[in-house]
Amino acid sequence: MDAYLDGEVDLVRSLEIEQHLKECSACSHAFERRRSLITVLKTAPLTYQAPADLEREIRTAIHREAAMESSAKRRPAQRPWNWKAWFYGMAPAAALGLACVAIVPRLYGPSADDRLGQEVVAAHVRSLMADHLTDIRNSNHHVVKPWFNGRLDFSPPVLDLADHGFPLTGGRLEYLNGRPTAAIVYYRAAHPINLFVWHAKSGETGKAKEFTRQGYHLIRWSEGGMTYWVISDLNEHELKDFAELLRSPQS
Amino acid sequence: MMPYLGDAYNLARWMARNPEDAKDIVQEAMIRAFRFFDGYHDGSAKAWLLTIVRNTGYTWLRQNRAHEINAVFEEEALEVPERSPGPEAQAAQSANQELLHKALERVPLEFREIVILRDLEGFSYKEIVAITDLPMGTVMSRLSRARTRLQQELMERAGKEIEREL
Repeated sequence: MDAYLDGEVDLVRSLEIEQHLKECSACSHAFERRRSLITVLKTAPLTYQAPADLEREIRTAIHREAAMESSAKRRPAQRPWNWKAWFYGMAPAAALGLACVAIVPRLYGPSADDRLGQEVVAAHVRSLMADHLTDIRNSNHHVVKPWFNGRLDFSPPVLDLADHGFPLTGGRLEYLNGRPTAAIVYYRAAHPINLFVWHAKSGETGKAKEFTRQGYHLIRWSEGGMTYWVISDLNEHELKDFAELLRSPQS
Repeated sequence: MMPYLGDAYNLARWMARNPEDAKDIVQEAMIRAFRFFDGYHDGSAKAWLLTIVRNTGYTWLRQNRAHEINAVFEEEALEVPERSPGPEAQAAQSANQELLHKALERVPLEFREIVILRDLEGFSYKEIVAITDLPMGTVMSRLSRARTRLQQELMERAGKEIEREL
């Protein structure tokens, strides 16, 4: 009875039920009453509204969580590394492990672009959910670019694209593809754009590739020893314009 | 506005049956969603989020109010007695919406949540199977029994109202 009223039975079964209801007044009465219950459940104001302060509280909690997470991720890099012990004791095992890690995913796992694209989407959504788009909020590229000095071992390009309709908003540090990454934030109207930049591995080539994932548009390319990923909910066309501007710097 | 925060709160509120605990559950669930976002790939983001809310809600209730889980669903007289016009139709009037609300709160958790997911949140049976990880047959029978229980409750209440008026 409920499956029929919820539109969850196939056509044949539903025709059979309709036929029976025409002939059986007891069933048809019961069906009508059930139908009106379902209608009332759907239309009565039974749905609770989230309290006004809940979203702010959650953002604060997530922000705290994000801060803890990123400091936990950065810490291992600072631990002193005992090269001697590694060299004498661990070299053969480590080499084998490294070979497995490096080669096996290439043969069987998702492609590097798939995996990285997923990481980029996750980083983008996280930055929006946590309301943590920027560690440094500034629209001046002469302020944002030097901010990365000492925080990264490379200097990401930070451009002034306000005249092209992509004002700079700021920057922050991310951890992507197993390494510290620059995240530079631009806006187009109400659409935030995250640009992730890190050191390219040698052999990575420059050709731009476009993806769509979970409703976000992504473009990635490599040039001048750096790998770039941009992601936004902006439409493909405008995001492409943005990528073009970065690839052929005006000044 | 965070996506589906309203839906998350509604489910938690109906699970916990009071606003303070519902807020705790939603907050915990949103942090989990944030932490495990890498686990989300395709499909409905709303269903994914409500799965986390539901699991968080159960964990919370198990820790704080274990007696509410697996409450016995009394099976006596599952048939709905005759009366006309049906109290279901009367429940549509605003004075009786309070009755319906109270009746739904008294339906045991495992049955109540299916009504919330189906009739308030609008999920298909298949989506409810995915969210709850229950077999399709269980989802269908719980939904059916929950609705029958609501009809009975409305009936009893409506009967008492009439007695009082006489």
